[in-house]
Amino acid sequence: MAGLTGRMSTVVKAKVSKLLDRAEDPGETLDYSYQKQVEQLQNVKKGIADVVTAKKRLQMQESSLQQSVVKLDTQARQALSGGQEDLARTALERKNVAQTELQGLDTQVAELEEQQQKLTDSEQKLRAKIEAFRTKKEVIKAQYSAAEAQVRISEAATGVGEQMADVGLAMQRAVDKTENMKARADAVSELEAAGTFDDITQLGGGEDDIDRQLKQLSSQPAVDSELEKMKSELGSGAPRAPAPQIAAAGEAPADGEEAQQPIENGGQA
Amino acid sequence: MIVRISGEGQYRLADDDAERVDGLRREALAIVDSGSDEGFVDAFAALLDYVRAQGTLLGDDELQGSDVILPPADFSFEEAGREFTGEGLIPD
Repeated sequence: MAGLTGRMSTVVKAKVSKLLDRAEDPGETLDYSYQKQVEQLQNVKKGIADVVTAKKRLQMQESSLQQSVVKLDTQARQALSGGQEDLARTALERKNVAQTELQGLDTQVAELEEQQQKLTDSEQKLRAKIEAFRTKKEVIKAQYSAAEAQVRISEAATGVGEQMADVGLAMQRAVDKTENMKARADAVSELEAAGTFDDITQLGGGEDDIDRQLKQLSSQPAVDSELEKMKSELGSGAPRAPAPQIAAAGEAPADGEEAQQPIENGGQA
Repeated sequence: MIVRISGEGQYRLADDDAERVDGLRREALAIVDSGSDEGFVDAFAALLDYVRAQGTLLGDDELQGSDVILPPADFSFEEAGREFTGEGLIPD
């Protein structure tokens, strides 16, 4: 913490004095500083837009995962009422993975939301400071001798420069967070691209490589208990006998209703 | 004395408060140095709360540098333990 405190002050002072060294004439320095400040404000706006873009990407993934959860749950029920317990188990494993990813995305979207709000507040504060600087520079130009103006400019520029460094720091933290989230978002994209959350009924009986990996990813006890629960809700064991094909309405009494509300036992969500 | 809480704003405190601020800062720092995060959140919050309670927030039209710059309120123990390397948005 001492490191940060010391370092931040050093960086701010170095940057501000660089700005002031650019021009000999105080009047020029003022206009140059102001021009730079306005440019930086644009960068802050762009930074906020980047955070919003990252958030939207995660939100799109969220809604597509939510659809997958509903679909896989429905298919698990249909498979179970059709006596295909293995298929039901596979669907539940995949649903479990999708739900876990969903929880992670939820947290990240909330964090980005918070970052965005903070950056917006900081941007407004910086804008107000820059506006104050603009007013002040006209006063300094009009009222003070060159020597005295130099001192006052330095004070004012330090004040704005520090605010700018502060926004810069907030921006950097937001970018760091966004980078971390990108890794998870990419992982979800890969799962989707691999067909993990696709139509389970198109899989056929064989277990493929994806299935084996998913079994490791998903929490088996959670899948087992959900399967048991689903069985009891369907009002029977798994009738192995003349198994009807996977179809919308099976013979179990509660079936039609269940298919309509598949995520009521979202369980570990 | 002007103290900035990063991400929040600048506060004007009486010069007499400097000693207390420094004391609270050392307490938080000692926890960071100890390597165990126990008590860090409370110690750091106590420091920021003191500055907020004793200080007056500077107006947006006051352009002054700070004497002390404190990390943001959501600063984590892990962040406290490592150096910040980025230089933000100030142009070279």
